[in-house]
Amino acid sequence: MTVQELPGAASYRPTPPPAWKPRTDPAPLLPDPEPYRVLGTDAAAGFAPAVLRRLYAELVRGRRYNTQATALTKQGRLAVYPSSTGQEACEVAAALVLEDRDWLFPSYRDTLAAVARGLDPVQALTLLRGDWHTGYDPHEHRIAPLCTPLATQLPHAVGLAHAARLKGDDVVALAMVGDGGTSEGDFHEALNFAAVWQAPVVFLVQNNGFAISVPLAKQTAAPSLAHKAVGYGMPGRLVDGNDAAAVHQVLSEAVARARRGGGPTLVEAVTYRIDAHTNADDATRYRGDGEVEAWRQHDPIQLLERELKDRGLIDEDGIREAAEDAERMAARLRERMNADAELDPMDLFAHVFAEQTAQLREQAAQLRAELAAEAEGDVR
Amino acid sequence: MTTVAAKPATMAQALQRAMRDAMAEDPTVHVMGEDVGTLGGVFRVTDGLAKEFGEDRCTDTPLAEAGILGTAVGMAMYGLRPVVEMQFDAFAYPAFEQLISHVARMRNRTRGAMPLPIVVRVPYGGGIGGVEHHSDSSEAYYMATPGLHVVTPATVADAYGLLRAAIASDDPVVFLEPKRLYWSKSDWSPDAPAAVEPIGRAVVRRTGRSATLITYGPSVPVCLEAAEAAQAEGWDLEVVDLRSLVPFDDETVCASVRRTGRAVVVHESNGFAGPGAEIAARVTERCFHHLEAPVLRVAGFDIPYPPPMLERHHLPGVDRVLDAVARLQWEAEN
Repeated sequence: MTVQELPGAASYRPTPPPAWKPRTDPAPLLPDPEPYRVLGTDAAAGFAPAVLRRLYAELVRGRRYNTQATALTKQGRLAVYPSSTGQEACEVAAALVLEDRDWLFPSYRDTLAAVARGLDPVQALTLLRGDWHTGYDPHEHRIAPLCTPLATQLPHAVGLAHAARLKGDDVVALAMVGDGGTSEGDFHEALNFAAVWQAPVVFLVQNNGFAISVPLAKQTAAPSLAHKAVGYGMPGRLVDGNDAAAVHQVLSEAVARARRGGGPTLVEAVTYRIDAHTNADDATRYRGDGEVEAWRQHDPIQLLERELKDRGLIDEDGIREAAEDAERMAARLRERMNADAELDPMDLFAHVFAEQTAQLREQAAQLRAELAAEAEGDVR
Repeated sequence: MTTVAAKPATMAQALQRAMRDAMAEDPTVHVMGEDVGTLGGVFRVTDGLAKEFGEDRCTDTPLAEAGILGTAVGMAMYGLRPVVEMQFDAFAYPAFEQLISHVARMRNRTRGAMPLPIVVRVPYGGGIGGVEHHSDSSEAYYMATPGLHVVTPATVADAYGLLRAAIASDDPVVFLEPKRLYWSKSDWSPDAPAAVEPIGRAVVRRTGRSATLITYGPSVPVCLEAAEAAQAEGWDLEVVDLRSLVPFDDETVCASVRRTGRAVVVHESNGFAGPGAEIAARVTERCFHHLEAPVLRVAGFDIPYPPPMLERHHLPGVDRVLDAVARLQWEAEN
């Protein structure tokens, strides 16, 4: 029974004053019912060949990077690696739609996006190797540290984009989060702040089906994650996350819209995590081989390769060149990662505060003495 | 130049003046929080800032503490110096993840490449008859998090000086404002503010020879009053106002205790695993041979903050401090 059906309910429901009326017709904000696709559709014909070729090369490199990093984990060179195999289209498109001055806010699974943006592959793995939490200067690459807590980097992206706009810079922030992360409070607060401030920020949700083992159906009751945008007053876009051209196009449009002052966009890319959550996870406990196999048939590299072949934009030589280029990248990565990291234990105290406190100076002296004793073999 | 108040100024006015002066000097300083703009803050500490500097510099945010601090992180990443207001102590808890997982460690995790000069202003503590969730003393949580500076003023002059120092600091500062001292007055003049105090230095508020009261924030006036009262009983008490909990001024504190040989730590937050536990341990470790008695603690009870009609039983007052001082007669009793 609704309020209106209650006897005498009318007296409890005064007409809301004008300020209570919705400010915007929600219809333009709603995502399409089906994920947007480009590859294999008429929309592909209008796509610039150079962009498609670039996406293909980066996808192939990205896949190889994932397999190489996973192998390094098995060799004990990385503490952990959350593979993005199957999701490379999202990673690569996120990196390629940004200008140099823009900022990327990756989550822990988005190493690939950072590398595609130009970050040194070894620096990108520092967190996962364990020699330091962030192996690069975020300002140098405009890449925030890979964020391990869920969704907490999203308000950072909003704040940075807001600050840039206050300064008059046409900088856009693109923030990446997984489907599980959309349940976190910081996701909500970030989207709300972004919409209220009309901050130039794009939220990319990679819906890869699972938050470790919990499927999307247990994560949300929303029709789609893109639908969440409507409640905040920003457009939601649903896109096939394995269609590199579609992700590139949708993100490009969202970035352009943000840059011209149109405010934030929430993009949900529907994709799939082919590998387990990390090497420490047993994915067979929560999903069947059939499901994984079905998604393998919808592989981002194969989808793009087919399109390129159909349009005569790549031949077998081109495919081989891309694979060879990726193999060279992997070999270099393997070689560099097989060298032991050089660590300075005194770094522990170097960057806690701008100026070391007396307490930290004491503790640094203690460690220095312990190291000296260790060097002299004076170990208890 | 308009003055914010006729003399004598209150602590709230001094804090407002500190933000105003910092904003006038440095265009990257931004004030943000719930109600800080048009209303001027529920305690009026940000009164007039939005009018003077515009809503882009003094911003009413959506009501969301994690969002307020989280967006401040991004703003600091882009070169701004956000001064965030948390409105009330217990309202800051939703922002703890941002504070602990990001604000406190961003400099460290980026090897110094990305410092976050953020001030988190937290009106804290009891004694104003606030209802539940409006009177917590949460300093121990902040002190236990490496990477944060934690300061709290007890005087009007310090409120100005410490807040200027906090805003100028390249590190994040949790700035605890004792609510019950907001309306305390002094002859501090907004037209001739005292020199900015460096963060990390304690100050001897009252010199004495027979014992040291180590305290901070809202308990400083309590200890000064207790010291006056103790004189009648022959106790000449020294009162050390810490001002900064992190970094901790071992030097000033220990110099005092070595002079007096006895110490009581006084604060209103709960005693178990509270700031006094750390301070007593530090003093004992450094001054053991100078101590005539164990370092005692006078703290709030280990209870959730009580309802306003009972808070006077919880808050350490002059009598409880004097009782502790009496117990410092260790040699005589044992």
